[in-house]
Amino acid sequence: MRALLLRDLQLALRAGGGFGLGLAFFLIVVVLVPFSVGPAAALLARIAPGVLWLGALLACLLSLDRLLAVDWEDGALDLLATSPLPLEGVVAIKAVAHWITTGLPLVLVAPVLGVLLNLPVAGYGPLVVSLALGTPALSMIGAFGAALTVGIKRGGLLLSLLVLPLYVPTLIFGAEAARRGAEGLETGTPLLLLAGITGCVLALMPFAAAAVLRVNLR
Amino acid sequence: MDVTVTDLTVARGGLAILAGVNFTLSPGAALVLRGPNGSGKTTLLRTVAGLQPLMAGEISGAEDRIAYAAHADGLKAALSVTENLGFWASVFAGPSIDAALDAFDLRALASRRAGHLSAGQKRRLGLARLMVTGRPVWVLDEPTVSLDAASVAMFATAVRAHLAAGGMALIATHIDLGLEADVLDVTPFRALAMDVQGADEAFL
Repeated sequence: MRALLLRDLQLALRAGGGFGLGLAFFLIVVVLVPFSVGPAAALLARIAPGVLWLGALLACLLSLDRLLAVDWEDGALDLLATSPLPLEGVVAIKAVAHWITTGLPLVLVAPVLGVLLNLPVAGYGPLVVSLALGTPALSMIGAFGAALTVGIKRGGLLLSLLVLPLYVPTLIFGAEAARRGAEGLETGTPLLLLAGITGCVLALMPFAAAAVLRVNLR
Repeated sequence: MDVTVTDLTVARGGLAILAGVNFTLSPGAALVLRGPNGSGKTTLLRTVAGLQPLMAGEISGAEDRIAYAAHADGLKAALSVTENLGFWASVFAGPSIDAALDAFDLRALASRRAGHLSAGQKRRLGLARLMVTGRPVWVLDEPTVSLDAASVAMFATAVRAHLAAGGMALIATHIDLGLEADVLDVTPFRALAMDVQGADEAFL
């Protein structure tokens, strides 16, 4: 398991691994928003939590189609399926590696980009906490979507269509927590609900993903 | 412990391809599968390896003992030869990679990235992976594709050493490896469904 995680991180960081793709996308979206909606500071401050959350979600989505497709194409997935590792563990580790290379950098860079959007001071804490709680769910749901579409050439569109509805609850509660934080309101309830969603996803999705992967490997 | 296959029916896309396959692999023995393209050798191997569910029959003694090698080697172009082998060695908790590097003459290429290897060198690396799994049953699908004569001999030596150590091998191949192995022609086991006209429509 540890070997698989280390290998995936190593592959992501080497040339052609795609590390930084989501990060660059996130940066571009957030930098372009003030140009498109205008420089009004009050408006930017109001939409900042929502824009940051949506940007992070789309950045996460962007890198999902390579999550399992690469291992499928070069045959490594077949070999992993016949290895002593349980397929549930393989999928979970792949999601963890995806989170470390995509979700975690987004969480860390979000406060910096918050400055660009004039995010109120009170909003930084809740924004980072909500992203840190929510992005693991995005990676794990994404791994399930990737398992569903693994044998399909150019499955990226189908993957997005399948995964986006599943992302909605995470987006609603994550952005809600960030918004309430920015307005100086109590954030406990949306954060707890967000943590609950993430907990459920992390507990159930590896089994669902491994089940569909077994069917797709036939 | 033997690997025993009894009255096995294997299917692809829900359609039976081979039916009533029987064979036994004992420690130290190899079995070579033969048959024309599309006769179901790969499907049979994937079923024995547990990648596909079987339609009928029984496979015993194969659970968690198989090292499978197919047409794709599962190599990562961005990782070096040592890193690729080392990864599989730690996944399978197998023996060290030194013996495998020597057996397939990869020592000189050890630090080279897999993406920079030739097709035959990649294949040798893919076969060297079998040795680091430490698993007793090798299930090999066309292992000699893109290998030159010297590499085929290298591979045959590795298989012989594996058998001598009490291992087993199930190999689908068209060439003569020079192994003292039984040969199983899969053609007589062809399931009747394959003769039906328009089987491709049902398959799709």
